[in-house]
Amino acid sequence: MIRVGVVGLGKMGLSHLAMINAHPEVSVEAVVDSTGYILDVLGKYTGLVTFGDYERMLEAVELDAVLIATPTRFHGPMVRTALERGLHVFCEKPLCLTSAESAELASLATERGLVTQVGYHNRFVGAFREVRRLLDLGAVGRVTHLHAEAYGPVVLRPKGSTWRTQRTEGGGALYDYAAHPIDLLTWYAGAPVGVGGTVLGSVFSADTEDEVFSTLFFEDAVSAQVSVNWSDESFRKMTTRITVIGTAGRIQADRQEVQTYLRATAPPIDGYDTGWNVRYTTELTEPVWYYLRGEEYSAQLDHFIRRIYEPDVEAANDFASAMLTDRIIEMMTADAAAGPSVTSGAFAPAPAVPAKRRRQLLRRRA
Amino acid sequence: MTIEHPGTTTANRLDRVIFGDNQFFGVNHMSEERARAQAMRFQDADAIMAVLDDAVDSGVTTFMCTTHDRIAEITDRVRAQPDRYAHFTFLPCMPYAHKYADAVTEHGMLGALRRFLPEEGAMNAMVRGGRSLATKDIEGLVTLLIDAEMAMFRGTRTPVIWLQNVVTDLLLGLGFVDAFAMFAEHARSRYHAEPGFITMNLPMLLPALDRAGVANPLVCANINKIGFRMSGGMDSYRDALEQRPFRAVAMSVFASGAIPAGEAIEWIFAQPNIESIVFGASSKRHIAETVALVREHAV
Repeated sequence: MIRVGVVGLGKMGLSHLAMINAHPEVSVEAVVDSTGYILDVLGKYTGLVTFGDYERMLEAVELDAVLIATPTRFHGPMVRTALERGLHVFCEKPLCLTSAESAELASLATERGLVTQVGYHNRFVGAFREVRRLLDLGAVGRVTHLHAEAYGPVVLRPKGSTWRTQRTEGGGALYDYAAHPIDLLTWYAGAPVGVGGTVLGSVFSADTEDEVFSTLFFEDAVSAQVSVNWSDESFRKMTTRITVIGTAGRIQADRQEVQTYLRATAPPIDGYDTGWNVRYTTELTEPVWYYLRGEEYSAQLDHFIRRIYEPDVEAANDFASAMLTDRIIEMMTADAAAGPSVTSGAFAPAPAVPAKRRRQLLRRRA
Repeated sequence: MTIEHPGTTTANRLDRVIFGDNQFFGVNHMSEERARAQAMRFQDADAIMAVLDDAVDSGVTTFMCTTHDRIAEITDRVRAQPDRYAHFTFLPCMPYAHKYADAVTEHGMLGALRRFLPEEGAMNAMVRGGRSLATKDIEGLVTLLIDAEMAMFRGTRTPVIWLQNVVTDLLLGLGFVDAFAMFAEHARSRYHAEPGFITMNLPMLLPALDRAGVANPLVCANINKIGFRMSGGMDSYRDALEQRPFRAVAMSVFASGAIPAGEAIEWIFAQPNIESIVFGASSKRHIAETVALVREHAV
């Protein structure tokens, strides 16, 4: 049995708790949250041992691992404390608000020989794994461009305020939404060498961005574009899409299916023909022990537990990998702040921040 | 001419075939393109009603549906023509989870709770005041939420109220089995309805319902020939169907189209203890084909 403590019982934390609690090789020893009722209800009805304070929980309970699903700005210190105590860590995404902190945590974990993982669940989606498999086989020849998109209905009006709408707490479409397609891009294309043309636009939010557009530049003249909007009600729920274009074909994938076009020049791939090929989630998805909201969420937790038992299992989404995504988020933030290059006239920054803040920025610049 | 169970001793059993509503709300587990095409077609309640009329004309008169706002327009129409829809039965599934999940994202957990509670109720005052919740408070909360979702069905037949899988399975994972009993109690006492539980984890759920004291429960789960989304595996589903006392309603029988219709229907009715199947369709031809297959294979 792996003894786990679950920290942070918001939307993600509660669902992680349900999944990990149902895992046959896990015993949840404690849950931590700052909200009284959630602890009251869980304590009374589930028998879980509850704490209002993280440090006190760590003092009181013997654990092998922690699962951290607090707002992002708490990740850094909480993860560090856990690693220093020799605990394996599963942390929600993004890992930290700065890549420097993520890098430190990654090396601390390596030093201590601890298993780490970050909740980029898309890498456990059957369709997105199939894309990776096809790329490993060189299915579409030399890749020239990738396109990564995420759309959904999160912020649909100016009102509403939680940590997700505060940039300083790790809220906003860049951290919350764009992190997912960016992470997929790094999985498929590696680390970019540059970032350009980034737009962090507000649709409704006063304190953060609701849309993200950016170009990533990779080695060997490969490029990628990111297109994200979390204020799009036409999507019933978050929808992530990947398109890969190569000299021998094209792949487009979402959670449900992978559509692949292979030219006659493509290498032979078992089960694939020249022309269009469609693979559905029903054939690409491995069953899980317990299903709550998509196999990928269960599968990523199972992977974490399996790695604790078998350290030789290849890591997916470890801290070093998540640090790369944090780094790209930083590069995009800096790129957006620098503004576009201009062809003539005065510099006119993209409306990345609300008008009031923009005026302040302009004043500061003057 | 509904498709009922053979014999006359099954008055309280569900029809063999129940019509589902995923196709009306842009839910398609196979293709997002198809989901969007359906969302476009069915944004008008007339288009939904036309398909339901096709179902009724084919003998399918039980409609298992979410508590999506558009369903309120359907219940209005059914109430308006009592003769036409004399046998029409709703099996509401609640809560409509997206509504709550979106509110949690926007307002936080407690903010969302407040939004769905009556403004001036004692419950709201308590949540606002930050007092801790006692058992009767949780029960009160459960019943308030159910009542809010049931309002649109007033004056229609609702012999079963289903708990959506995302909630059933969340409670199951957390080990909060008392909530199943609270839900069952309120469905029975207030609505004279049988409580039903939708799940993706049938083998794990049945013992939990046992512990909650919900006897011979009505449970709806994916049951299909290829084992798609049958968590716990095909063997444990078979064991459950053979050995556990419960009323099985199979959904995702076609595994989102991965299994040919004839093969899927023949297989499902060859399994023990299948009371009903739920299927969704958006064409008259598809409905008629499915009904014909059920008549052929369901004994």
